[in-house]
Amino acid sequence: MESYTLFDVDTKAFVYGSQRVAVQRMLDFDYMCRRKEPSVAGMITPERGGFEKVFWGTREIMLPRYQSIKEAAASHPEADVMINFASERSAYDTTREALDIDTIRTVTVIAEGVPERHARILAALAKKNNKWIIGPATVGGIKAGAFKIGNAAGTPENIAECKLYRPGSVGFVSKSGGMSNECYNIIARNTDGVYEGVAIGGDLFPGSTLMDHLLRYEANPDIKMMVCLGEVGGIDEYTIAEAVKSKKLSKPVVIWITGTSATVMPKGVQFGHAGARADSALETAEAKNRALKEAGLIVPDSFDDFDIKIRETFDQLKKENKITPAAEIEPRKVPMDFKQAVSEGLVRRSTNFVSTICDDRGEEHSYAGVPITKVIEEKYGIGGVIGLLWFKKKMPVYVTEFIEIVLQVIADHGPAVAGAHNTIVTARAGKNLIESLIAGLATIGPRFGGALNGAAEHFTFGLRSGMSPREFVDHMRKNNVTIQGIGHRTHSIENPDARVELMIGYAKKHFREHPLLDYALKVQDVTTRKRGNLILNIDGLIGILFVDMMRNLGFTEKQIDEEIKIGVFNGFFILGRTMGFMGHFFDQQRLMQPLYRHPFDDILYEVPEKPEEVRLTGRGDEK
Amino acid sequence: MAQRGIREFDAKRMLTAGVSRYAGSTATCEARLALVSPQSDLDAFPDAFPWLTETNLAVKPDQLFGKRGKNNLLLLDANWQDTKKWIEERRDQKETIIQNGNAITGILTHFLVEPFTPHTEEYYLAITTEREGDVIHFSPKGGVDIEELWDTVQEFRVPILADVDDLHLEDELPIANLTDKNLISAFMKNLHKFFVDYHFTYLELNPFTLKDHQVVPLDCVARVDDAAVFQCMDKWGSLYFPTAFGTSRSVEEEHIKAIDAETGASLKFNILNPAGRIWLMVAGGGASVIYADTVVDLGYTEELANYGEYSGNPSTEETYEYTRTILQLMTRQKDQHGRNKYLIIGGGIANFTDVAATFTGIIKAIEKYGDALKRVNTKIFVRRGGPNYKTGLDLMKRLGERIGIPMEVYGPEMHMTRVVKLALEGE
Repeated sequence: MESYTLFDVDTKAFVYGSQRVAVQRMLDFDYMCRRKEPSVAGMITPERGGFEKVFWGTREIMLPRYQSIKEAAASHPEADVMINFASERSAYDTTREALDIDTIRTVTVIAEGVPERHARILAALAKKNNKWIIGPATVGGIKAGAFKIGNAAGTPENIAECKLYRPGSVGFVSKSGGMSNECYNIIARNTDGVYEGVAIGGDLFPGSTLMDHLLRYEANPDIKMMVCLGEVGGIDEYTIAEAVKSKKLSKPVVIWITGTSATVMPKGVQFGHAGARADSALETAEAKNRALKEAGLIVPDSFDDFDIKIRETFDQLKKENKITPAAEIEPRKVPMDFKQAVSEGLVRRSTNFVSTICDDRGEEHSYAGVPITKVIEEKYGIGGVIGLLWFKKKMPVYVTEFIEIVLQVIADHGPAVAGAHNTIVTARAGKNLIESLIAGLATIGPRFGGALNGAAEHFTFGLRSGMSPREFVDHMRKNNVTIQGIGHRTHSIENPDARVELMIGYAKKHFREHPLLDYALKVQDVTTRKRGNLILNIDGLIGILFVDMMRNLGFTEKQIDEEIKIGVFNGFFILGRTMGFMGHFFDQQRLMQPLYRHPFDDILYEVPEKPEEVRLTGRGDEK
Repeated sequence: MAQRGIREFDAKRMLTAGVSRYAGSTATCEARLALVSPQSDLDAFPDAFPWLTETNLAVKPDQLFGKRGKNNLLLLDANWQDTKKWIEERRDQKETIIQNGNAITGILTHFLVEPFTPHTEEYYLAITTEREGDVIHFSPKGGVDIEELWDTVQEFRVPILADVDDLHLEDELPIANLTDKNLISAFMKNLHKFFVDYHFTYLELNPFTLKDHQVVPLDCVARVDDAAVFQCMDKWGSLYFPTAFGTSRSVEEEHIKAIDAETGASLKFNILNPAGRIWLMVAGGGASVIYADTVVDLGYTEELANYGEYSGNPSTEETYEYTRTILQLMTRQKDQHGRNKYLIIGGGIANFTDVAATFTGIIKAIEKYGDALKRVNTKIFVRRGGPNYKTGLDLMKRLGERIGIPMEVYGPEMHMTRVVKLALEGE
């Protein structure tokens, strides 16, 4: 590679930073230009290794992700460019690191706001080691038909319009990254197109200067003319005037220094770029434009004539036979991204998922259409949130309060119950929170905690069938079904459960109607006549009250059946009891409890002396 | 992000704390300083700064302008009572100063009070930055007339990758007294280290003098690189960047500045002439300068109403606010001669900003101000390219038809600034 060449059709680069879109745009450009291989050797993303999926045309390919510059460079010694998307805070350190690696020759620094001193050190280090820095505060640049830095030159559509998929004859360099794209357009419309374009960045001390790149273009025989866009501030442009005078630059240069309006601006107005500030008369745009014109460069009267000067210069070179306009070729078509096609209304696709309870797409997430801030401001509470996410309803206060009472009541029933026990045993086996919790939750079902659903189901059946409580109890006994939600280990009609009393009181006070509760209490009258502890227990009561609550909320009988069927009632039990299970887990952890082993004397060992012999009657045994 | 001037108080505050950090720091600085702000209770000052009543004082405004002596804004060798009276007579008062031949009027708000140091020797010391390194400027003949005595100024270059300790300043300073010479050369080296570590971009002590083997900076001008705020947060302490003397912002400018401070995007807005007829709404730092240039280059400087830019993918809400602010000013009154007003919605070809998305906010604002815009005879010119630009331009065209405002809409096929010419030459 000649020393004036920074990039060619085989250039391989690293992209530092998680910049999937920029990488994809580079690959789209490569594909468009019919490069043999993608120009990105890999991404450097300290936070994660592995691979990134990107498109090469319509095909997806795996691009390696490295966690350090060293690792990436060791794996790809052929890559000599690093495009550094690190933030302004870390751009300096990462660029220094890259400059220290022998195989990396060019580093583009995208970040805006790198301290000037750091930028100057980077520039000096690069120069000392015969390396190149482009930036900071730049979008990068493009070598037409060969290599594109990051987001330079915009969309594939723009690249096609500006004919950047094949080299023209014009070398371009500017300070401004935004204007570089505009200038590719101007050059494409007035000449045979850009050969190479670089934006050096808007800072006062860019890593490489306008002059550095013009000298490269001068040395490159494929470049016939140069276009340059400078800016008010700094004195670098005077070196260009000197170089033209001394014939170090001999090719025609069309140049314009922007910021002629700076002198009419009030003091203290900061122009777009950090370096755009004139501290002395020498640094003004007028002075620089004048000096450049006097030195023999082609300077328009205003940016408005920039295109005309470029066209005239190109036409002149053509007339003098100094230029053979680049031949037209057809760029390879880059498939449109699905997302863009959707936004343009060109394609449609049937969805695989449907969600009706919440939306996480907009500025703020919402629950059933209520933004989360409103949930907080209007004090929905846990009960209100359950109302939104489980039923898509804004529940009245007596209901949200009821839900919260239920959750509090069932949060924990001691370490001995099946679920808590399992949680504790698992925690003591050294498993983590989620595993221990799952072990506890796995016990919830028809026998543990299932009474909520079961009672709701049984009593609803009874009430709907029109059977009297007495008939219902007989019917269930006849069919050998234990009525769910009836019976308690310690509480009885004489020793009532205070929690049950409390909740019945709440329901009677707040529910407009409570037919199932009334029915269940009558059933209790029947069962307690047989034995005092066959009372309506807390689990059963909760299930029953939820059915009544739903009736109050306007659920139809069919809807209530559905809710029971899909396990909503158990849901309350699971949600509430999770608090307790987690408490047990944390407790065991803090107590540093060792692995639990069940004592022998608590197990009845009744093992036969030998196994039962099975008589062999299979076909093979008949012989 | 750029070089920012700081108060003399802050510069000296950092200097006195900073230079003593370095090895061989025999040269310390006078550390007694007090800053008077509009909120300061001067009666409480002597309690906070006991030295105010123990020594005679020097006081001057501290608002980023120099030549305070020549502008008659310097009080020397005064006691606290006189100093206080002097400040009270000037604080919150309008004052006109002459700077670089221009008269600038502003309000005096901040004053720096220091012990008065009688002296005979005045030295000049400044550090500037260049691409390849820093330059230390020194002259034994410091003072207000240094520019006339510039041939006495020695320059010492410190290449950016070099260490200032490798320079042999002590051999080169034209100072007879050996003790002073060693003190100053040691101070210069430490000052440079301080300059580097604190990310200064300009530092001038003119003059400084010596007193009891201490360096006393009598006057100090400094700029720091505000991009280094992350690296220098602790060193700088609480550092506020004041605006230049005589600049005041309108409510609208403050409004945009407040939005700009809160977003990752960039929104800049300066009013040049509210009666101007050419209003610019240009995307991008580079393009915005060029549009303003073109208006000036075409000879319409006095018609240019504003300068500003929006970039970095602002949200719809932000572009709406930005546009609304401009339109509100633009539609406040008709041109006094009844001529047209021009709104130029310009920009280059964006690299990655979604044009249609940014236009959505602009359109919403124009729609709101449709009638007002018609009332002041507005013509709108649009020119933009970049991702999704076709959709964006279509939206604009439909807007023009819908609200009945004359509008010309162009994409990349039109030279970027030609809409300015189209607008102005259509007159």
